[in-house]
Amino acid sequence: MTPRFSVGTSVNVRRGNPPGHIRTPYYIRGKSGTVERICGEFRNPEELAYGRSGEPMQVLYRVRFSQKDVWPDYRGPVNDTIDVELYEHWLEPAH
Amino acid sequence: MGGLQAGPVERVEHDYQLWEKRVDALMVLLSRKRRFTVDELRKGIESLPGDAYDRLTYYERWISSITSALIHRGTISIEELRAKLADIERRPDGPQIGKP
Amino acid sequence: MMDNIPHTHEGPNPHAPRPDHDDTLTHHKRLEIAVRELLIEKGFLTADEIREAIERMDARGPHLGAKLVARAWVDPTFKTRLLKDGSTAADEAGVQMDQPTRLIVVENTPQVHNLVVCTLCSCYPRMVLGIPPDWYKSRAYRSRAVHEPRTVLAEFGTHLADDVAVRVHDSTADMRYLVLPMRPKGTEGFDEARLAELVTRDSMIGVTTL
Repeated sequence: MTPRFSVGTSVNVRRGNPPGHIRTPYYIRGKSGTVERICGEFRNPEELAYGRSGEPMQVLYRVRFSQKDVWPDYRGPVNDTIDVELYEHWLEPAH
Repeated sequence: MGGLQAGPVERVEHDYQLWEKRVDALMVLLSRKRRFTVDELRKGIESLPGDAYDRLTYYERWISSITSALIHRGTISIEELRAKLADIERRPDGPQIGKP
Repeated sequence: MMDNIPHTHEGPNPHAPRPDHDDTLTHHKRLEIAVRELLIEKGFLTADEIREAIERMDARGPHLGAKLVARAWVDPTFKTRLLKDGSTAADEAGVQMDQPTRLIVVENTPQVHNLVVCTLCSCYPRMVLGIPPDWYKSRAYRSRAVHEPRTVLAEFGTHLADDVAVRVHDSTADMRYLVLPMRPKGTEGFDEARLAELVTRDSMIGVTTL
C-alpha cells in the first residue's frame, strides 16, 4: 500500500465523532499538522476492537502539531509541539 | 481524556500484586495466541458503565473487560463462568488464590 | 539474574518485602481466578505459560532502558541506529522486543525536551521500562500532559527555559516511546555500566532530566 501522504506534508485531521471505538484523540480532531514520520502499516484498531480482522491494513503516521494550534489557550512558547499517531483514514490533505 | 481539567499529578505507585500480574499475563498470552486484542481490551474499558471507570482499579477494569470480551467471542460462556464462580465459593479451604 | 541490577531506579524495590494483600478476595479477584481456570481447562493456555509470562514481566524494568541510553551515550554509531530504528537497535543490544509494537527513541538536546504520555489508555514502552507506575496511568497525568506539559513538568521538579521546545508524544497507537536524556555533566570518564546506573525511569519518560 502506497502511503497517501509523505513526510513534511500538511494534513488536517478529520473532524467528526463517529460511534464506536476511536483511536484518534478527541482534542486533535479538526486540527492541522505536518507528517513527521510514516510508521508503517497496521491492522485497523477501530475494527480489531470488535474482534474483526482489522483489514485492510492502514498506514499509520506520526503527525506533529504546534501546541498553539491545538489549544487556543496554550501557555508556553510557540515552538512547543505535540506528536500524535494517526491512521490514514483520519487524515485529509490540508488546503 | 487529553486536555480535560484535572488536579495535580499525584506521584503514587505500588508493587503490583500477584493477581494483578496474572490479569496482565492473561492479556499478554491471549493476544499472542490471537484470541484477543488490546483494542478489544480498550473498547471494553471505555464501555464500562457510569462511574465504574473511576471506582475500579486499573486491573479490575482489565479483568472486567477481558471477561466480557471472552464471553462476546464465545471463548467462555456465561453459564460456565457462573458455575466456576460458585465452585470457587464452595472450596473447603477457601478459594485457591495465588496459584496459577 | 535480578541480583545484578542496581537499585538506583526509582520505583518499588523488587526485593522489598511485599505485603500480600491477595488474601482479601474481592469480586474482581474471583473473576480472575474463574477466567484463568476456565481458559486452562479449555486448553487455551497453561499454568506454566502464565508463570512464564509473570517471570518475564518481573525481569523487565528501567534497567533495560538505562542500558540502551548508556550505550547511546558512549557509542555515537549505536545512538544513530537507536534514533533511526529503536526496535532493531534494542534487539542488537540484547533487549528483547517481543511485542507487535515498535520502539521510537526520541532525543533530548539543549533545544528540545521530550515528554511521553498516552491519553487514550496507558501505552508504555514495557519492553524497556517494565510495567508503568500508577501516576502514568492516572487521569491527571493523561489529561494534563498534552495541554499543559510545562506545568506538569514543574510538578515533577523540571523547570525548562522558554528557549527549550517541549515536544509531547501522545502514544496513541502502535508506537512506544523512550526518551534519550542528555548525559549529565561531569560523567566524562564514566564507563557504560556506571552511566547506566545514573539513568532513572522518570528521565526516560521525560518528566525529569538528569
